[in-house]
Amino acid sequence: MPERVSVRHADFDLSAEVAALREGDAGVGAVVAFVGTVRDHGGAQGVSRMELEHYPGMTETAIEHMIDAAHQRFDIRAARVVHRIGVLQPTEQIVLVAVSSAHRGQAFQACEFLMDYLKTQAPFWKKESSAQGSRWVDARSSDDAALQRWGLGSGNAG
Amino acid sequence: MKVQIRYFASLREALGAQESLDMPAGSTLGSLRDVLIARSPRHVEVLARERAVRCALAQRMCDESTLLVDGAEVAFFPPVTGG
Repeated sequence: MPERVSVRHADFDLSAEVAALREGDAGVGAVVAFVGTVRDHGGAQGVSRMELEHYPGMTETAIEHMIDAAHQRFDIRAARVVHRIGVLQPTEQIVLVAVSSAHRGQAFQACEFLMDYLKTQAPFWKKESSAQGSRWVDARSSDDAALQRWGLGSGNAG
Repeated sequence: MKVQIRYFASLREALGAQESLDMPAGSTLGSLRDVLIARSPRHVEVLARERAVRCALAQRMCDESTLLVDGAEVAFFPPVTGG
């Protein structure tokens, strides 16, 4: 079983991650994986880039806790989260959430639950830069609403 | 009691990565925030009550009613925007 959480600069390979997640587990009948990527917000003004900061230590602990919560809520076999930090260019991969289970329903739900949780409770911050300058990305209240669907409160966006 | 305070993202840019402070026993994270706000115009600007600021104690998200613990690491930061 690979480690459940990886926060790092390096990119990830979706095929390799999924293979590792289900390796040797014949009870797996479904794998759901979500990949988040960097959108180009620079528009006509040219190329943009994104910088991701995090709270070392707390980030990993928080995501481990989320995966524990996913195991308690859903009948899943395994889950893995990879989140990149540092400078990223448009089209690059930022985040992977992959979940395996016996049947697809639980894997779909657990994957969405983990993303909703991560968006509002994991200590990452995005800063966008373009020709016009840099700005910290604002949190969105729609992300809090997404977590509330699971019966969990979130006042992240404030 | 002594508390170590860490800042992240826009708060780190305004205030630096960390500072430390002595607080009376029984203080909460909210009372610590009030003491910090009184420290400088920069502190006021980023920690003011109308600003959305989140906090953690010992690397766990918590609310401002949480009691400080001697020697524990406290962090203040803007709403999170990962994923």
